[in-house]
Amino acid sequence: MAKGASIQLDHVGISFGEAHVVSNVNLDIRPGEFICLLGPSGCGKSTLLNAIAGFLPVAGSIHVGGDRVTKPGLDRGVVFQSAEVLFPWLTIRENVEYGLKLAGVPKQERHKKADHFVALVGLSHAADKFPKQLSGGMRQRAQIARVLINEPSVVLMDEPFGALDAQTREVLQKELDRIWRETGCTIVFVTHDIWEALLLADRVVVMTAGPKAGIKTIENIDLPHPRDAASPECLELFRRLRDDIGEEVKRALEQQGLNKEEPVT
Amino acid sequence: MTDATQEAPMKSGLARIMMGPNARKAMIGVLSVVCGVILWHLASLRTSPLFLPSPLTVAQTTMEMVADGSLFVAIGASAWRISAGWAMGVVLGVPLGLLMGRFHVVRLIVDPYIEFFRFIPPIAFVTLAVIWFGPGEFTKIVLIFYTTVFIVTLNTIAGVSAVNPLRLQAARSMGATKLSEMTTVIFPSAVPFMITGARIAMGNSFLTVVSAEIVSAQTGLGAMIWTARNFGRTDWVFVGIIALGILGYLFDRAFRLATQKWFKRFLF
Ligand SMILES: Nc1ncnc2c1ncn2[C@@H]1O[C@H](COP(=O)(O)OP(=O)(O)OP(=O)(O)O)[C@@H](O)[C@H]1O
Ligand SMILES: [Mg+2]
Repeated sequence: MAKGASIQLDHVGISFGEAHVVSNVNLDIRPGEFICLLGPSGCGKSTLLNAIAGFLPVAGSIHVGGDRVTKPGLDRGVVFQSAEVLFPWLTIRENVEYGLKLAGVPKQERHKKADHFVALVGLSHAADKFPKQLSGGMRQRAQIARVLINEPSVVLMDEPFGALDAQTREVLQKELDRIWRETGCTIVFVTHDIWEALLLADRVVVMTAGPKAGIKTIENIDLPHPRDAASPECLELFRRLRDDIGEEVKRALEQQGLNKEEPVT
Repeated sequence: MTDATQEAPMKSGLARIMMGPNARKAMIGVLSVVCGVILWHLASLRTSPLFLPSPLTVAQTTMEMVADGSLFVAIGASAWRISAGWAMGVVLGVPLGLLMGRFHVVRLIVDPYIEFFRFIPPIAFVTLAVIWFGPGEFTKIVLIFYTTVFIVTLNTIAGVSAVNPLRLQAARSMGATKLSEMTTVIFPSAVPFMITGARIAMGNSFLTVVSAEIVSAQTGLGAMIWTARNFGRTDWVFVGIIALGILGYLFDRAFRLATQKWFKRFLF
């Protein structure tokens, strides 16, 4: 498996026309690290993730594994929030094989690898089904397999379990934790769920409310896996993160309220 | 499970064919047609055959035209023109639509022509087509081609714009180039739109072929309907109309079966 790559964000700013969504973000992510990105809705978490993926132009610079990011690449796998991104005209196996097929990997080898990754996410029994025949959780697993088969050194995940029920989410969190260990890739994981972040992350990055969102705090989660959510350390971290995010959410709401009453000039 | 086992004996063999819900629907359809023919017959008793020939007369004429082969010649001529022109229109319309939908420059170049010509019905070009291409087969095929290419192109463009942008992003992050993006994401996404376009175009092709054959043809169902006037044979008109209806139905049916068979996975 490919080892994780480092990610350097250096004075990163992202704007859509006149709207400066993210500004002056500096962050060094170690190879193989699991980073969770938290922050109020609309602050720019997805935007930042899309920038690392290479979908958006940025001010400043982003380096992955030492190479400057200018466009999407196979070294960065992207798991989207919605499994709608699976191709409905391909079976699960064909979806998973997609990247290898583009890369011109021979059929035999492709099949073998696809079998492995389909099994890794526990979908062997559904390999020849079409996405619409699968449940939401199964589709999300398929999406993860489709990304992992390309052996990316970085996996970018935008609320991948956001649309799932609590039980399914818990199962997938455990699987992700295992897969992350097995592959050693670097993961940047956006979530709204503080507990999810506490369960998975090495470090949790809290963003400030936009516009011109930046990094508010970074918490080290120096606890052994598997983690016990009821442990005092976890509860203490939860409180701190909740308060930090709460402040920013409040700011975001105030701003929106103010903007409604008297437009800022 | 229990339902199936309980009803299994009743739903076997002939009973299923006779009493299945599909059979019942078909029965209603057949009955409706029979009633229509009876009404037609009754109406024809009160008028002259020149105004409204009876179903029996039409059936008789049909048999005669089948016997001397003239009906098949006419159907064959029209069917060939439609198939050839339509197929050419689809084959050109699809890539044109993909290019226009994908590359802004192509769109800007072709758009004024599309916007202008789309409101001009093919029938308006019949005379011009005869002047330019003569009275031969080619003229008719060109007109059907014209009919088809617009509809298919416009629908394909709509399909390209309807592509889920996240799917494109996903493809790009898995190593898709501009070309593979086109073949592996945009084309499959647009297939349902192309099929809709091709199907509408098929219907319109029937319109065009009859008009074109009325103006300039010795063969074909349109020509048959038109020459009937000179001989005062209203029954020929009826044979022609019924043949058109059935031919259209068969074409549509065949098209649907073919798309179900070959493009099933794209019809989500
Ligand atoms: N394509 C775009 N054009 C203009 N503005 C955009 C675009 N995409 C996002 N934005 C703006 O950027 C800001 C951040 O959006 P983003 O989707 O990154 O937020 P988020 O933190 O992911 O929110 P959520 O938690 O709700 O997913 C929002 O104010 C949004 O309106
Ligand atoms: Mg988001």
